[in-house]
Amino acid sequence: MTTTEDATTEAGTDRIQRVTMPKWGLSMESGKVTDWFVAEGDELTEGQDICEIDTDKIAGALESSWEGTVRALVVDTMVDVPVGGIIALVADADVPQEEIDAAVAQAREQLASGDIADDSGPKLGAVEVGGATIAYAVLEPEGDVTGAPVVFVHGYGGDKDSWMFVQEPIATHRATYALDLPGHGASSKDVGAGTVESLAATVIGFLDALDLKSVHLVGHSMGGAVVTAVTGDPAAAGRVASLTLISPAGFGPQINAGYIRGFAAAQTRRELKPYLLQLFADQSLVQRQLIDDLLKYKRLDGVDTALATLSAHLADGVDVTAALASFAGPTVVVWGAQDRIVPAANAASLQGRATVHLVEGAGHMSHMEKPHEVVAAIHEAVGSG
Amino acid sequence: MATRTISYREAVNEALAQEMERDPSVIVMGEDVAGGVAGDGDDDAWGGVLGVTKGLYPKFPDRVLDTPITESGFIGAAVGAATRGLRPVAELMFVDFMGVCLDQIMNQAAKFRYMFGGKAVTPVTIRAMYGAGLSAAAQHSQALYPIFTHLPGLKVVLPSSPYEVKGLLIQSIRDNDPVIFLEHKAMYDVTGPVPQESYTIPFGEANIVREGDDVTIVALGWMVSKAIEAAAELEASGVQAEIIDPRTTSPLDLDTILESVEKTGRLVIVDESSPRCNMATDISAQVCSEAFGDLRAPIKMVSPPHVPVPFARSLENLYIPQPQDIVNAVKTVTDWTG
Repeated sequence: MTTTEDATTEAGTDRIQRVTMPKWGLSMESGKVTDWFVAEGDELTEGQDICEIDTDKIAGALESSWEGTVRALVVDTMVDVPVGGIIALVADADVPQEEIDAAVAQAREQLASGDIADDSGPKLGAVEVGGATIAYAVLEPEGDVTGAPVVFVHGYGGDKDSWMFVQEPIATHRATYALDLPGHGASSKDVGAGTVESLAATVIGFLDALDLKSVHLVGHSMGGAVVTAVTGDPAAAGRVASLTLISPAGFGPQINAGYIRGFAAAQTRRELKPYLLQLFADQSLVQRQLIDDLLKYKRLDGVDTALATLSAHLADGVDVTAALASFAGPTVVVWGAQDRIVPAANAASLQGRATVHLVEGAGHMSHMEKPHEVVAAIHEAVGSG
Repeated sequence: MATRTISYREAVNEALAQEMERDPSVIVMGEDVAGGVAGDGDDDAWGGVLGVTKGLYPKFPDRVLDTPITESGFIGAAVGAATRGLRPVAELMFVDFMGVCLDQIMNQAAKFRYMFGGKAVTPVTIRAMYGAGLSAAAQHSQALYPIFTHLPGLKVVLPSSPYEVKGLLIQSIRDNDPVIFLEHKAMYDVTGPVPQESYTIPFGEANIVREGDDVTIVALGWMVSKAIEAAAELEASGVQAEIIDPRTTSPLDLDTILESVEKTGRLVIVDESSPRCNMATDISAQVCSEAFGDLRAPIKMVSPPHVPVPFARSLENLYIPQPQDIVNAVKTVTDWTG
């Protein structure tokens, strides 16, 4: 969860770094700072939390990727700020106060005018794979690309938006693609056989359609099983450089079948909410907008059939241990210690085969609850490849 | 979901087009729903009196039927066709015209399932415009949904946004019972995010439009957007309002209203229909009966005065409940000291 903007102004380059309202998710247009964790004059280090931001959908902490002195907090708490709006200024202590004051005035003028260009955030696309439409969000670095792209595969009932806190920090140096599996997001709702292997074949078709020859794969939950199955498919031989698995399915017998069936069956807000609460360690993260968005997804024609097909396979148990055994690349696993959907106890089967990071304070959605740890794990898996 | 912004009018049109595409038994009928058919002019000249159905006739020429100006005839025909296997969507132009075809709705469509022991289904949807705001005078501006809500056997739908329009209209068409689907004529140009794909919103599930701890505002149809405006003003003075849009008055999701009142202890109901025997009095009575002990103040009802809708714009604006009326009602209940 980092965001910064190049230190340029209309007057030219200066030494002031501008912290802007991040874009967490494709639908986010604005957010509110609910709490500042830093004050003017504080020294900021990389990875430090700057503030808490509420987006209606989910609240999260904004992490700094900057070193310097916090010189100004531009906006008050609880005020709606559009994505891209400047919320704080960071600069070395020797930058004169007049320059800071001028930059604050300029930022506030821009906020008041509403004239904020927001071209941040992923771009949407779609490709045809085996007669189905597969939607995706792509985010590429503005500068040089180093190394193979990263492809994110969400879990059961999720979509490309679930990588909102993770995709941007990874995209600073390499191209990133977050796709919607069949039956999810903006992709076709027909899941076909709906097995992990058939979904893996769709992911390989996606790589072919975009001509991605070598990739790092990141998968969450069912998506973790899918990306692992990709490595075991001859059609992807030699193309997967690394795996990052977040609470992956397919590595042990323990899976919350009640959740899987209940999520598929829930028709109303009242029925759905208790299941969503099981996803997070911090249940306050389940806000109205998150529930509404999932209900809107579940009401689409074809989604009930898709989820019923997928849930039947998942509840029966999936097993991708053989695929991982034959995969030679680096594999890093992140598991929320409080995961109530695919419990962390499943990680035992990965001992000696993968690096496993157990994350305290995270449930099944560690990429939303503790994105910093997930970003670090992806960096670890990707290495310099 | 592939979501984009479209208008309330376009959402009606898209729901009809997608269901006609999906199901060949869906037909659209009513006065000037195409307009000009078989005359000298264009085949799709009108598309309904406010252009809502424009474009359907060229796509489905056999299934978009212009009818004579005889509501008793074509509403009866739609009800009969529904019992024989079609899924007609009949447009009763202005809901104020219900008087000339009420027997077909009240004594026929609403009663068939019951009187034939469940052996007959009547999957008819009757669309109509309702509400004040266009200076259309007393015979074209009424909000008559309480009358339909009064009748067992009917489902009554009041969409409050383009998203609600599309999902609730598709649900109406697929439903096996007669549905009265009421579109507010002042909302046709309101825009909002709507998925491209077909989807359904279940009946009897209220939408929590906004969460708050201090007061519950139940608002219907156009009044939802008035309540949202009021809530923004109330927030500035430190009052957090919870807004509930029942979406359907029959069936009514009383549970969601009761749960909210248990939390806030205060209830304001905003209803554009005439104040006697309307949804506000009905919901108020049910909440008093079920949750009297949770109330910390009297229930306030924001409704128009008990008069015909005025034609003069200045008087009509006074007639329609406005955000300031809602703010005032909320302040009355939050300031209540017994």
